[in-house]
Amino acid sequence: MIRLTDVSRSYRTRHGSKRVLNRVGLTVHRGDKLGVLGRNGAGKSTLIRMISGAELPDSGTVERTMSVSWPLAFGGAFQIALTGLDNLRFICRVYGVPFEDKIDRVDDFAELGRYLREPVRSYSAGMRARLAFAISMLIEFDCFLIDEVVAVGDARFHQKCLVELFEKRADRAMIIVSHDPGYIREHCNLAAVLSNGHLSRYDSVDEAFESYSAEIA
Amino acid sequence: MPPGAQNSESLLHSFAVQRRVIGALLMREILTRYGRHNIGFLWLFVEPMLFTVGVTAIWTATKAIHGGNLPITAFAITGYSSVLLWRNMPARCIASIEPNAALLHHRNVKIIDIFISRVLVEMMGASISFFGLTIFFHFIGWTELPEDIITLLLGWLSIAWFGAALAIFLGALAERSELVDKLWHPLAYLLFPFSGAGFIVDSTPQAFQNFLYFFPMVHGVEIVRDGYFGSAFHPHYDVAYLVCFCLVLSLLAVMEVRVATRNVVPST
Repeated sequence: MIRLTDVSRSYRTRHGSKRVLNRVGLTVHRGDKLGVLGRNGAGKSTLIRMISGAELPDSGTVERTMSVSWPLAFGGAFQIALTGLDNLRFICRVYGVPFEDKIDRVDDFAELGRYLREPVRSYSAGMRARLAFAISMLIEFDCFLIDEVVAVGDARFHQKCLVELFEKRADRAMIIVSHDPGYIREHCNLAAVLSNGHLSRYDSVDEAFESYSAEIA
Repeated sequence: MPPGAQNSESLLHSFAVQRRVIGALLMREILTRYGRHNIGFLWLFVEPMLFTVGVTAIWTATKAIHGGNLPITAFAITGYSSVLLWRNMPARCIASIEPNAALLHHRNVKIIDIFISRVLVEMMGASISFFGLTIFFHFIGWTELPEDIITLLLGWLSIAWFGAALAIFLGALAERSELVDKLWHPLAYLLFPFSGAGFIVDSTPQAFQNFLYFFPMVHGVEIVRDGYFGSAFHPHYDVAYLVCFCLVLSLLAVMEVRVATRNVVPST
């Protein structure tokens, strides 16, 4: 279970403090598929960082009784000066899992060929996304955080991601943030809308979708 | 416990996680800095060695010391190695978060881990250089071996402590203001004459000595030299002052890291 209670977070800006999350509450159980809809800048990524624990709230509490991934689809959690293989080793070391038996799996999934041994900075956006996703799948978590996973890559890559996440790991909890209602509709059974720092839960994805549509209209 | 789970983490487990993360960062740091080209990670200590050998050669050739009949090679190695030790650590920690901000998405990677891994890399480089050169110059007959290795090691560690605390303090402070980055370079340069590297305290005027005692690295270098060739000069240092200074600086560093941890946002 993951439980956020009264979580608030502000950031300092040139025009004073801006509150991005305002007393947000949220509970996610094992196996839940929660979609969080919100416009650009609504605080979705901040919410994800609170859930993952990469950042701490100003006030409120975050409890985790299951393991939570870093935000997937982040080509960002990598070091572009290093090779794909070095990044793979780094992530495995950080999470304390052996990497020797993982290299072939990443190779198969990411289809980088000899580029696996080249610096990530020489990769195309699609290659980075494939590497990022392949490495993400090496560490098993109870809950996966997915931040706009479909943003890059071709249809074949998307299909492979869908199989890895929603078929092979169908029993895991997932929290998906997106401004694309279609993706959330397809994969989630729970939904919430983040707007002006407030998170509202809805009983069905359709209700959340209606509320979100009214907001962006 | 599955990777990433955080509840009921014992202190021991947290310690194991932190050691793992620092180990991973250390490997990564050495790889990104030195790569796999030519001599690769050997640059870690070859670079400080080149510096020290150059300075030693110049000082030996010009006899540019204020203090009579000292073993000039040992004097130069101890002096310049000490400067590299405390001066390089802050340089590596300032502005070190931004290029690593993406890694902070991994919950177990904290900014203190980034600082510690960089401090350790610098410390390893400077130490291998110092002890390697000591052995090398003894081998070619330019110096004797240190007279009291324990005193020398304690002196070396005290300089490392001062450098590490200063590095972590300034590294965290630099996240508040980029002035730290701008001001450190001139400051580090200006501190050199007061670092005790180019003279021994005993050879300076009394009034200047009282001023010198404010600088912790002066005490550190004097301890190192006491251990190396203590019978050849009269060392001046105050261990209590040095330890107190380092303790206070460490406390400030920890406080500033807490502030930075709150304010730094993981980014892509």
